[in-house]
Amino acid sequence: MNDAQTLAVEVAAVEQVTPLIKHFKLASADGGPLPAFSGGSHIIVVMRGAARMHRNPYSLLSSPRELDHYEIGVRRMEESRGGSHFMHDQVRVGSRLEIAHPVNLFALDKIARKHVLIAGGIGITPFLAQLEDLHDGAVPYELHYSVRSPEHAAFLTRLREREGEKVRMYYDSENQAVDFDGLLSKQPLGTHVYVCGPAGLINKVIATAKSCGWPDSHVHWEQFSAPPVGDAFDVFLSRSRLTVHVPHDQSLMESIEAAGVEVPYLCRGGVCGYCQTRVLELDGELKHYDHFLSDAEKAKGNSIMPCVSRARCKSLVLDL
Amino acid sequence: MSAVFKPDETFRNDFTFRNSPQAIRRFPLPFHEDEYMYSVNIEPHLPGPKGAVTEFAFDVDEHYVAECREREIVLAAEPLRFQALPHMMSSQWDCLELLMDSLARDYPAHFSLTKQGNRWQWINRPLGLNQSFIFGDVDTLPHQPLDYAARQAQGDFVVMDQREGDLWTEAGVVTTQADWSLDFDMGMTFKEWHGPVPLAHELGVFDRALKFLLNLRLGQPVRRLNWTMTVHPRLDTSPENYPHWGPDRATVTARNAGELVHLRVELQGLWRLPRSNAIIFGIRCYLISVQELATIPKWARRVHRVLKNLHPALVDYKGLTRYRDAVVEWLAPFDDGAPTTPGNGPE
Repeated sequence: MNDAQTLAVEVAAVEQVTPLIKHFKLASADGGPLPAFSGGSHIIVVMRGAARMHRNPYSLLSSPRELDHYEIGVRRMEESRGGSHFMHDQVRVGSRLEIAHPVNLFALDKIARKHVLIAGGIGITPFLAQLEDLHDGAVPYELHYSVRSPEHAAFLTRLREREGEKVRMYYDSENQAVDFDGLLSKQPLGTHVYVCGPAGLINKVIATAKSCGWPDSHVHWEQFSAPPVGDAFDVFLSRSRLTVHVPHDQSLMESIEAAGVEVPYLCRGGVCGYCQTRVLELDGELKHYDHFLSDAEKAKGNSIMPCVSRARCKSLVLDL
Repeated sequence: MSAVFKPDETFRNDFTFRNSPQAIRRFPLPFHEDEYMYSVNIEPHLPGPKGAVTEFAFDVDEHYVAECREREIVLAAEPLRFQALPHMMSSQWDCLELLMDSLARDYPAHFSLTKQGNRWQWINRPLGLNQSFIFGDVDTLPHQPLDYAARQAQGDFVVMDQREGDLWTEAGVVTTQADWSLDFDMGMTFKEWHGPVPLAHELGVFDRALKFLLNLRLGQPVRRLNWTMTVHPRLDTSPENYPHWGPDRATVTARNAGELVHLRVELQGLWRLPRSNAIIFGIRCYLISVQELATIPKWARRVHRVLKNLHPALVDYKGLTRYRDAVVEWLAPFDDGAPTTPGNGPE
């Protein structure tokens, strides 16, 4: 994808819903309906800051049936390279942004007999849209939502209105935790589990499901990694015959784009594998932060996901 | 293109289907060179030149009314040519919306769609239909949504659900197919569905195609051309009806090949569907007789060369074994050995 295919939107409402999370309503700049989507989809928000451009993925949390606006929740990241800070500090009602068409990498399985949804913190957002589809359906579901403390429980009022006591809350501050073994060991055949939230939560669910004998195909997770900061390095793009400097606080993909070279992408969060790029030469070490390549592929070192991964190296040559 | 419909054409029995000179010139020849081998020849489904078959999302041509009637005949005789598993209902509505939105936008003289919330009114002037219905309420339409919409479009449609890193054939309307069966393929994964295709698996074509399609984006449809040949302008060459059309192959001679044998080209389009996250696969069949093709000198030379040198496995798979040589012989006088220009256009 590239910026020619983005949609212009205007921020219609902004609300601080927890100490760390802001809730944005985006309406089409031309006033018309936005494209339909399915629960679990994300959009890429393109932010044109003064110094640099950010493109961050955010799950759509609004109802797939209401297309006069999209809603997203943005958590302020402590170690942000700027995207979430831009959204929190500079975007207000009336701000213009660009977004890419929705993409769904976290869809509900349509032939599941039951859905178990597990959210941690900001990971609640894709489930809010999915619940709109599940609410009127015949397939049973349950939602488990864990947060640090009651003040961090974003969108709980909305959830309670729709789902009532179906929402099981877990507060770290009160030493409550999901009993993963208990939850995953007694589900009926055909159940699918979905988890979205911090890496620790996702890893715990994946490991527990495995030990309980769940097939991999019934375990779904989504975690968008923000591109981490790291050492600065230089990369040579062999096809473009161009050397690009990657500063410590900018991602490899962003740096390449800033130099005018297009990298195909979908999620910009290390999930989809679309931006996989061949490493032609390396004197140093790749720092893989994606969830797409297997450990064996990462160890081989002949490809990289420039959206989140970096290098600590003397030289790096990519097939771009 | 604002075509003049030929409502009385037939694709069975007396086979009165013909292409007008305009239809011949816009025929989507699938050969960009004088030889043919499989490739993942997928390109963005962007609007083509004015009058081209790719000018709009779904092409409506001079055969529209006749092809819609042919579909009604097949569906009435064999209702299982439309099938949809229960979990595909949201994708059926997605398909109906894509077809109606596209046709109304691209051919306002023929079709119109008015939406007031979920209350929709659809007018199809060539077929004389005026239908008010509630989007999402299947009881307000005379057929299921995909069935209803596909009866008013040319070409077949297969809907694939996406899950477990694969695409599953779980709904479709298939009445103009080149010897494959929706009934047989329902529930199959992408590679199971394409199991019979020779050579392409070994070339890794389906690995790459599947990976590409799993990432197909909303608003960025793609297309490709595929082809085979058929004796008579027969749209419905289904395995179920093989006894009706299989024997036709034995009637082809080097004298009658120009009239009997048709190049059968599929313009295949793939769209991501928004509400269901499924993919609709449109397979639009264009037929042209070899003698119609030969009215374009470049195409006569090129098709002669392609057929003459076609890989034996493809000759068998495409079902040309019995009559390929007859067609090559019929075309030979049109091929003076002169070079052909690049690209698939008529000049």
